[in-house]
Amino acid sequence: MATERRSPDLGKLPLPHGVVPLGFAVAAIAWSVYSAVFTVPAESVGVIQRFGDYVAEVDPGLHFKFPFGIDRVTLVPVKRQLKEEFGFSTPGATFRDQSAPPSQWALETTMVTGDLNTALVEWIIQFRIEKPFDFLFNVRDPGDTLRDVSESVMREVIGDRTVDEVLTIGRQDIEATAQVKLQEVVNKYAMGLRIDQIQLKNVNPPEPVQASFDRVNEAQQERERMINVARGEYNKAVPRARGEADQRVQAAEGYAIQRVNEAEGDVRRFDALLLEYLKAPDVTKRRIYLETLDDVLPRIKSKVIVDESAASVLPLLQLQTSGAPTKRSELEAAQ
Amino acid sequence: MRNMATAIGVIVLVALGIVASEALYTVDETERVIITQFGKPIGNVIDEAGLKIKIPLINEVNRIEKRILVWDGSANDMPTKDKLYITVDTFGRWRIKDPLQYFLRLRDERSAQSRLEDILGSETRNAVAKHELIEIIRTSKDRSPEVDPMLADVDITTLLPITKGRKRIEADILDAASGKLAEFGIELLDIRFKRINYNESVRQKIYARMISERDQIAERFRSEGAGEAARINGNKERDLQEITSKAYRQIQTIRGDADAKATDIYARSYDQSREAAELYEFLKTLETYQAVIDSNTILVLTTDSDLMSLFKHIKLQR
Repeated sequence: MATERRSPDLGKLPLPHGVVPLGFAVAAIAWSVYSAVFTVPAESVGVIQRFGDYVAEVDPGLHFKFPFGIDRVTLVPVKRQLKEEFGFSTPGATFRDQSAPPSQWALETTMVTGDLNTALVEWIIQFRIEKPFDFLFNVRDPGDTLRDVSESVMREVIGDRTVDEVLTIGRQDIEATAQVKLQEVVNKYAMGLRIDQIQLKNVNPPEPVQASFDRVNEAQQERERMINVARGEYNKAVPRARGEADQRVQAAEGYAIQRVNEAEGDVRRFDALLLEYLKAPDVTKRRIYLETLDDVLPRIKSKVIVDESAASVLPLLQLQTSGAPTKRSELEAAQ
Repeated sequence: MRNMATAIGVIVLVALGIVASEALYTVDETERVIITQFGKPIGNVIDEAGLKIKIPLINEVNRIEKRILVWDGSANDMPTKDKLYITVDTFGRWRIKDPLQYFLRLRDERSAQSRLEDILGSETRNAVAKHELIEIIRTSKDRSPEVDPMLADVDITTLLPITKGRKRIEADILDAASGKLAEFGIELLDIRFKRINYNESVRQKIYARMISERDQIAERFRSEGAGEAARINGNKERDLQEITSKAYRQIQTIRGDADAKATDIYARSYDQSREAAELYEFLKTLETYQAVIDSNTILVLTTDSDLMSLFKHIKLQR
């Protein structure tokens, strides 16, 4: 840099001998310092190779290395959470290559289930570079490898499940199983990656079949509705019937109490009367008889008194229930 | 003179630089090197990374990849044993195990890839043709699926049985291909099915089957709903009958007990002595008169009656 600042002067001024070599020397020193210093950002580690040979791994901060391309540093973002998307792409993705081009999506998502149905599965994997050495030196194209393996593992897991498990109840199980299997393969290749998570995103039946799955849902609703209506009918009738039955039982209990009480009352009255009756039975009997007649006879409008010897005329008397016979009976009474 | 010397110096330096850069080379951590002399490999394979020396201009550096490499097969249509046309996309991992052999037979990676494609492609085809589709879809033989409690009675959501499974078939392909690739210095680490999909011609049939399966489930749900509703209605009828009849039984028992008790009370009192029985009969008879006789009653009395006997007597006495 120092030389460049001086260079416009070169042609004009007669320079003393030694200035040009000095300029070169300064430039050389500047370049060597510049190429000997490097910074490792907080999220990464630096892997140093000397003439291609692995030397060391350095932590974040300012570091020195041999200049002029003797040492080469590769920064590996070990702390960054990395992501791969399958079958879709988040707009404004942070990393390039974290999803396939849209033309590939249909192929990525279409899977055959263990009951030979088809499901469309979208998913993501989240991972980190755990061992930078393995990541850099064990597998070429670790990104592509991870995508291939992930697709293969996901199909293996889906292939062992029914379409209903895939679409509804088995999601968590699929995520967990796929994560374990993916980690196994990644370890087998020593890719230096750690799989943090696999998440299923949209999981759908294929478009032409979608409507029939919806119909199943409708039928399921319909079933619930029918059952609920029937339960409603039940709940409308049964508790009410129970209450009414209780009501009738209570009424019967009332009757029972009344019946016994009345019986006891009647008996007490009779016993009292009997006590007195026993003292003078005949008189009491006669009295009660006459009292009763006294009470009863005035109610009767038609009374016929016939001499016992003339009892045979009885059939001749036209006994009628209406008002007219009253007169006749009076006549006869007067006779 | 001085300029001349400088010029010579510069030329020598440049020449030395060229020689040095021709004599020195680096080996990366990710590669191995085979040195060839006029196209013929000489010396051992250089396996260690770092700065190395060779004879300039005469020796040539051939770099051989040390890392695990990808073979990504192209997707091919092929029939399974059960005559289903499917599209199979496989991939494999391989590495160069014997660099010298590899170098002699194949020279570069492009020819290695095309050899892999030939061998693995045909082995895959063979394996797929020998097995039914489900064998390359499923992996575990004994997994029993989780069943949605709502679908518990629907018998179609079962996993189809297998005898070998995907892993074993992958292993078969690996075994068959490994031998053929070994002579090229290639070690095949694994081969896996990446994608298996129904061919376009089969797909419509599969969809039709899926639709009919779903419709069957839907019908089942409806019928279950109706059945369950009928059952609940039946329960309702039964419970209602039970409730009313139980109540009836209870009521009759209560009333009966009460009547019995009352009867007992009456009997004990009215039957305590002959006089009591007599009095009761007398009173009850009179009570009956009270009840029976009303204004519409026509009373015919003869003079012989208790009441009127007196009446006649008095008349006679006068």
